Amino acid sequence: MAEPKRKERPAAQLLQGNVAAAEAAIRAGCRFFAGYPITPSSEIMVRMAELLRERGGAFMQMEDEIASICAVAGASWSGAKAMTATSGPGFSLMQEGLGYAYFTETPLVLIDVQRAGPATGQATHVAQGDVMQFRYGSHGDLFPIALVPWSVQEMYDLTIRAFNLAERFRTPVFLAADEAVGHLRENAVLHDDYEVVDRVRFGDGDPFGSADPAGVPVMPAFGDGRALMVTGSTHDPKGFRKVDDPNVHDALVTRLMRKVMDHADEIVEVDAHLLDDAEIGIVAYGISARTSIAAVKRLRAKGVKAGLLRLKTLWPFPEREIARLGERVRAIVVPELNKGMIAGVVRGCTRARVLSITQTNGKTIDPSRVVRFAEEMS
Amino acid sequence: MTRAMEQYLRKGLKGTAFCPGCGHGLLLGSILRAVDRLGIPQDDLLFVSGIGCAAWIPSPNIGTDTLHTLHGRAIPFATGAKLANPKLTTIIASGDGDLTSIGGNHLIHAARRDLDVTVICANNQIYGMTGGQTACTTPVGTHTATDPAGNVFRPFDVCRLVKAAGARYAARYPVTRPVELIDAIEKAIRIKGFTFVEAISPCPTQYGRRNALGDLAKLYEAVDASCVTAEEAARLGEDERRRRFVVGEVVS
Ligand SMILES: Cc1ncc(C[n+]2csc(CCOP(=O)(O)OP(=O)(O)O)c2C)c(N)n1
Ligand code: SF4
Repeated sequence: MAEPKRKERPAAQLLQGNVAAAEAAIRAGCRFFAGYPITPSSEIMVRMAELLRERGGAFMQMEDEIASICAVAGASWSGAKAMTATSGPGFSLMQEGLGYAYFTETPLVLIDVQRAGPATGQATHVAQGDVMQFRYGSHGDLFPIALVPWSVQEMYDLTIRAFNLAERFRTPVFLAADEAVGHLRENAVLHDDYEVVDRVRFGDGDPFGSADPAGVPVMPAFGDGRALMVTGSTHDPKGFRKVDDPNVHDALVTRLMRKVMDHADEIVEVDAHLLDDAEIGIVAYGISARTSIAAVKRLRAKGVKAGLLRLKTLWPFPEREIARLGERVRAIVVPELNKGMIAGVVRGCTRARVLSITQTNGKTIDPSRVVRFAEEMS
Repeated sequence: MTRAMEQYLRKGLKGTAFCPGCGHGLLLGSILRAVDRLGIPQDDLLFVSGIGCAAWIPSPNIGTDTLHTLHGRAIPFATGAKLANPKLTTIIASGDGDLTSIGGNHLIHAARRDLDVTVICANNQIYGMTGGQTACTTPVGTHTATDPAGNVFRPFDVCRLVKAAGARYAARYPVTRPVELIDAIEKAIRIKGFTFVEAISPCPTQYGRRNALGDLAKLYEAVDASCVTAEEAARLGEDERRRRFVVGEVVS
């Protein structure tokens, strides 16, 4: 008789970043996708259409992005893990719906594969210009969660993490991808030994409040017999609209902030490369971190003590990690594909010198630019 | 609200937000009576609305699952909720501005897809909540906050619009004819696929006042008189017909 087969770790496969994200969504339990085609994110939708047909679940190509994000939020209230994917102009259209999802504590995942903007910009070219739209895109006070992948492997891993965080904190979670990572093809392992978090659907307590001021309430689904009252207007813990009560509004906005910010340690992830003895710290994310790691290697070969702090979480911003880095290095360099959006945030976290390398031509930064810049400084 | 329908009202409710004499309250009563006749378990009912006075008809009044969404977006939210749990009897009840102006694209696409939902449009021919601005349903020549000299643009005939987009059933009645209205809502919910009911619902505060329609009794009489059957309409001249609502079933 044949030996029972041991569960083998799946082999690495050559995959596109966008496809890896779709595979991850299905494995994380996503059973609803609604979207509208837009470059450079469309491969995610196309793969989700195939996967949801094979594995069960619902797929809907909607009439626009506004409808897409609303359908995703509606599906989430029916109990499904739900996702959409888009790029710049579509992401802008989704902002009102995202604010609604945030305020009604609706878990969902949105992948924005950033392209060069404003407006239609360069639809097929890379940029990192939406980093502030993740944070400030919708109106009102919002404290969002956004993760930044730098590889095909992380398009997979961080999509799973995005679903877990969405369920854990009952909030929309963004995967802040960029065109270069979304369209990258490289080996990745679609492993399945990860934890899957499911929302707390049954339990005592109100659906929009908790005794803990940073608490995440239980989230029953439509059809559970709870006569749910979901509204984007200011609501009390039971869901009753209370738009004229200053205390109710303040308590709700504050709890939604604290639910994310008091748990920043659980959410924020960074990755340190050769920082122990570094004199120059590079802070980078997404495809620009790929540039930066190459630059660090070249600088080290030339005897310049450079290291990389790679952000895997963009929001909440890794403030403490940046502050600690600022105490150890002579200067921090932030290369990014916009006019210095995150460099400005880094400056707010440290008194160290922060220098910004910006590029807005639709191309990735060449490592030699970072090398030259760092050499001139040292 | 009569005691008879109390089981459908949300517990803990303290009065209604509607102005005295608002037709939306009568429409709420008609919806509950239709639902009651159908005998659908309350736990299987989902009401979805957008933003506007009419969006308050289900939320918070109806004691089932309710989803009070964004202005114009009730239908896409309902699309996701229904697809993710097809067991839910999903009813969208919202205003004419909400469903046919800002949300017009979603309306025709849901009809095209034959999504299995019922849309109930409370048509007060104006934007009530925001202070009486012109809607895409405002009749030519009537006065609004943004058209004090009278609206010049033709209104949508929403029933014909959704029919052209593929609705399985569409009907129009004023809230002054509850027997027909309740029957239409009941039929619409019973039919599988995309169905639509337009309820002509007077807004005394914004529409009635601006168009000098008189006290509540006169306003309701005027609204009822503006509703004619197809046969009655056929006997009218073009100009007369344009100022009337043709009531009845448009698709059956
Ligand atoms: C995106 C957006 N634009 C505008 C508004 C403001 N607004 C709230 S209700 C409303 C009109 C509602 O009119 P209708 O749907 O006809 O309902 P009614 O109040 O007349 O019953 C508008 C324009 C909004 N809430 N959101
Ligand atoms: S403003 Fe008009 S539609 Fe709104 S509640 Fe008052 S009467 Fe009804």
